Amino acid sequence: MLQLSGNNAAPEVLQGSLLDLETGDAAVLDRLELPVDDARRLMEMGFLPGTRVIAGYSAPGGDPRVFQVDGSEIALRRETARNLKIRKDSRKSTKPARNL
Amino acid sequence: MSQCGDCHGCASAAVAELPHPAAVKTVALVGPPNSGKTTLFNRLTGLRQKVANFPGVTVEQHTGVAVLPDGRGVHIIDLPGIYSLSPRSEDEQVAYDVLNGNRTDTEAPGAVILVLDATNLSRHLMLAAPILALGLPTMIILNMGDDLATRGGKVDIKKLSEELGAPVALISARSGVGVDRVFDFLASTMPKPQPKLLPVLQDVPKCREWAGAVGSQASYRAPIAPKWTRRLDRLFLHPVAGPIIFLLVVVGVIRTIFMASAPITTAAQSGFEISGNWVASVLPEGLIRSLLVEGIWRGLGSVLVFLPQVLFLFLFIGILEDSGYLARAALIADRTMARVGLQGKSFIPLLSAYGCAVPAIMSTRTIENKRDRIATILIAPFMTCSARLPVYALLIAAFIPNRPLLGQLVTQQVAALLGLYVIGFLAAVGTAKLLKSSVLKSAHAPFLLEMPSYRWPTVQSLGLRLLDRAKVFLRRAGTVILLVTVVLWVMAHLPYSGGKPPEIGNSLAGTIGHTIEPLIQPLGFNWKIGIGLITSLAARETIVSTLGAIYGMDPESQSVGLQNALRADLSLGGAFALLIFFAFAMQCISTIAVVRRETGGWKWPILQFTYMGVLAYIGAFIAYHVIG
Repeated sequence: MLQLSGNNAAPEVLQGSLLDLETGDAAVLDRLELPVDDARRLMEMGFLPGTRVIAGYSAPGGDPRVFQVDGSEIALRRETARNLKIRKDSRKSTKPARNL
Repeated sequence: MSQCGDCHGCASAAVAELPHPAAVKTVALVGPPNSGKTTLFNRLTGLRQKVANFPGVTVEQHTGVAVLPDGRGVHIIDLPGIYSLSPRSEDEQVAYDVLNGNRTDTEAPGAVILVLDATNLSRHLMLAAPILALGLPTMIILNMGDDLATRGGKVDIKKLSEELGAPVALISARSGVGVDRVFDFLASTMPKPQPKLLPVLQDVPKCREWAGAVGSQASYRAPIAPKWTRRLDRLFLHPVAGPIIFLLVVVGVIRTIFMASAPITTAAQSGFEISGNWVASVLPEGLIRSLLVEGIWRGLGSVLVFLPQVLFLFLFIGILEDSGYLARAALIADRTMARVGLQGKSFIPLLSAYGCAVPAIMSTRTIENKRDRIATILIAPFMTCSARLPVYALLIAAFIPNRPLLGQLVTQQVAALLGLYVIGFLAAVGTAKLLKSSVLKSAHAPFLLEMPSYRWPTVQSLGLRLLDRAKVFLRRAGTVILLVTVVLWVMAHLPYSGGKPPEIGNSLAGTIGHTIEPLIQPLGFNWKIGIGLITSLAARETIVSTLGAIYGMDPESQSVGLQNALRADLSLGGAFALLIFFAFAMQCISTIAVVRRETGGWKWPILQFTYMGVLAYIGAFIAYHVIG
C-alpha cells in the first residue's frame, strides 16, 4: 500500500474520502490508499495529494461519479473513490452552489 | 529511461552532438488520449494512411505519409495514446519501444511530435519530460488552441518554447489553423531540443510540479470550465433524464439505421436486378452466364445492398464517439457492467463490438487484468455486429409487418431489431456473470474514465471512418463472400450429367444441405437454409448471398425475389429461430482467428465457438417451438 501525504504537518482532522462529496462539493486530496500501481495511474490522471478535487455529476444512483481534478474530468467508481482520502477545502467552508 | 534530473552532465553530452544533416524520414506522433492526436494525424496524412498491427502484439499501428510542399514524403507513425512513458500496459510498451528504437519491425523515429491539449496544459506537460529526455528532435503541439482562446485561457508560446528548449506551436487540428507550422517543422532540419533540467521521471508529484512551474513560466492561464459541457452533462447525466435520453439515443439510432437506409437499399436492390437482367440479356445462355448472373450477381448483390445500413451504423458510432457522448453512455452503463463483474474498461470494446467484434477484441488490450480481458473477448461476439445486420434486415423485412407498436416511433420491425440487440446484450451479460463467478474470477482494477469535453464531430474524421468501413465491407464481399459464392455455385452445378447441371436439390450443395437437414429440422430450417448456415460459418452475411444465389438458381423462386422466396420456405417460427440462431452463434472466421491470436491458443476460441453454437441451437429450438 502506498500512503502519499501532501500534508506532512497534518494539523487538520481527516475528513473522510471522495465518497463523502456530493455534486458541487470541493475538497483537497490528502492521500491515496491504493496499491502502488493503481495509485500511480490515478496520480498520472491528476489525483495527486494536495490537489483540489470537485465532485461533479454522476451516473444514476451516484456511482460512478465524475470528479474535476487538475483541469480534467475523471469518472471513478465508489470502490475507488472510497480509497482517496480528503481533507476539506479550507477555502470553501460552506457548501458551494450546486450549479457547477 | 534516462533520468536527466539526476544527471547534470547530460547538458554537455547533448551539446557535443552535431545536428543530424540527413533528412528525417520517420516521425512519431505522441500524446495523451483525447489530445486530438488522431485529428492532427488525419490533417497531416489525409487519405495516405493505413492501419495494421504491430507484429507480435495487438496494438494497432497507424501509419501515413505527410507530403511536404517540396514534394518530399515523411512517414508519420500515430502511436497509441499514453499518459506517461512508464510502460505498464501493452499500449505504453509499444509507444516506449518505438520511441526508443527497440522494435526491429518499425523504423526508429528520427523526430517526435508531441500533441498536448492546450486547455489542460499544466497536467499534459508532464508527458513532455520523458519525451524530451529521449533527446530526439521534438516539436510540441498545443492543440485545441481555439478552445483555449474562446474559454479565456492563454499561454506565451515563445516563453514556453524557451523553457522546454524545443519549438512549440499553438494549433487547432480540427479547424486546421496552425497545421502549416507542423509542416514547416517537418520540412526543417529539425534541431534536437536544447538540454534542460528535467524532473526524475518516475516521481509523478515531481513531474507535475515541474510541469506546473514550466506552465507558469510561460504565463499559462487555464481556461474556464467549458460551459456547454457542463450544461450538456447536467442534462445527459441527470438521474432521470439521463437514462431516458440514453434509451432514446439507442432506439433512435436503430430506427434510423432501418428506416433511413431502406429507400437506398430498395433502390440498390432494383439496380442489381435490372443490371443483372441486362447482363443476362447480352450474354449467350450457358455456364458463364449462369455463374455471372445467378451465382455472383445475385449472390454478391444481395449482400452489397446492405452497405448503406452498415455505413449508417458506423456513422452513428462515429458521431457518438467523436462528440464525447460515448463516454457518458459508458458512465451510465457502468453499474450494469459492475453487476456482472466486469470493469468499465470492458464497456468501450463491447460498444465497438456493435460495429465489428474483430477491432473490439483487439481493443481489449487496454484492459490490464488478464482475466477481465479474456472475459471481455469471450462475450464480445454476442454484441450485435454489423455483419448480422444484413441477415436481420432481410428476415425482419420479410416476416414482420411494418405496423406501429408504440406509436409511429417504434414499429413492430424496429421493436424486433431492438429486441435482437437486447437479446445479444443479455447473452453477453449472462455469460460474463457465469465466467466471472467461475473460471475467470478476479479482483478489479480501479475504473478510470476520462470525460472529454463535448465537441462537434468533424466531417473529415467521420468521412475517413466511413471510407475505412466501406473498404472493409467491400473487401469482405470481394474476397471471402465472393469465394464462398463461387464455390457454392460450382457445388450447385455438380454432378454434371447429360450436358446439363442437376436440379439444385440433387446437386452436391443440395446433397450436403439434405444431409444436415435432420439436424436442423427441429429448428424449423430446411436444406436450403442449411446450406446458408454452412456458408455463413465463413462470415454471417454470407447466408444472404447464399440464399440469394440458391433462389436465383432455382427456377421456381427465380422470379419472386428473395423475400417472397424466403416466406415460401420458412414459417414465422422458423424465421424467429433463424434470427435467434444468428444472434448467438459464432459464425465468423475472422473473429475466431483474432481470438486465437489474442488469447495465445486454441483453447478459448474452441470453447467460445462450442458454447455459442450450443446456445444458438437451444435458443433457436425454443423460439421455433414457442412461436411455431
